[in-house]
Amino acid sequence: MITAERKPLEELIEFVRPFKRILLVGCNECVTVCAAGGRKEVGLLASGLKMALLQNGQDIEIREHTLERQCDPEYIDELLPMMDGVEAVMSMACGCGVQEIARRYKDRPVFPAVNTKFMGASERQGEWSERCQGCGNCLLGITGGICPIARCSKRLMNGPCGGSVTGKCEISRDVDCAWQLIWDRLKALGLEEQYLNIIPAKDWRSAGGGGPRKIIREDLAE
Amino acid sequence: MENFEPVIVAFCCHYCAYTAADMAGSQRLAYPPNVKIIRVPCSGKVDAIHIVKAFEKGADGVYVAGCLDGDCHFKNGNNRANRRVEYMKKYLDEIGIGRERLEMVMMSAGMGYLFAQIATEMTEKIRRLGPSPVHSMNGQLPIAS
Repeated sequence: MITAERKPLEELIEFVRPFKRILLVGCNECVTVCAAGGRKEVGLLASGLKMALLQNGQDIEIREHTLERQCDPEYIDELLPMMDGVEAVMSMACGCGVQEIARRYKDRPVFPAVNTKFMGASERQGEWSERCQGCGNCLLGITGGICPIARCSKRLMNGPCGGSVTGKCEISRDVDCAWQLIWDRLKALGLEEQYLNIIPAKDWRSAGGGGPRKIIREDLAE
Repeated sequence: MENFEPVIVAFCCHYCAYTAADMAGSQRLAYPPNVKIIRVPCSGKVDAIHIVKAFEKGADGVYVAGCLDGDCHFKNGNNRANRRVEYMKKYLDEIGIGRERLEMVMMSAGMGYLFAQIATEMTEKIRRLGPSPVHSMNGQLPIAS
């Protein structure tokens, strides 16, 4: 999923301070799962903002709505009946959702309520770690299902650096060395010889080095 | 300010604090009427949104009362509530209400005296702190009125 964290309330207060009526929009997808911008967080933030502004004598009306998805224009249209009199929109979705709202409702400012972090997985309840950087050319089939791009601090392609000590990365004792994990997994699978295959220099154009990326499925596109 | 009577919301677990409040009554132990009790099936049922809405609707103080450590009827609801309260204290600081207006307390169903003592202490503490900055600026006391 795409993970995110709410921005500090102070920053959000500054966004909405000039307005009397705003629409706060959550998203039922990734940000709900990582507890950053779902229906519940919309309610919490709306209450928090109202109370914080009230202390400065400012009474703000905050309309709350959570969309099934904010990254599809079909769902963004749902907001239209709620837009009457709304001076600004604050989105609790990832950056994709914020931009979709901005694209659809051109005459109102749109503010992000969260900082979008990374594509990750749950380690346990309440903890998420980066797992994928969307490089556009997946290597997981030859690295034992562990990504050296997302999980090695140096994105090394052919084994660990000298900073790998007892299975941990030199940046922190809390970070596993990706190449240690890869080696352990290949060994467990009896695929040690795979480790000897040199991975050639990666072409980063598919990872965004060639500019903004796009997928067009001609059978689906209209 | 001299006549300020705080509104305090106490989310009380059915299996401990709510029964302890009953016990306090049976034992004729007085506690301040400022404390408004909301019975919940477990302190772990109390969500962040319940706490924030209590403040938004006019509470000056809130506390969550759950079972003693290891005694939760649902295994660990009280510990979850404890972590949630800690998290919400930070949010209350951000809002400007202040972490000291929210507390987590633990007791057993037999501790009527502790229920009365905590209710009294919390009321005194909130009375010292004064009205919640939210409705003191707004000039409204939704619950009290």
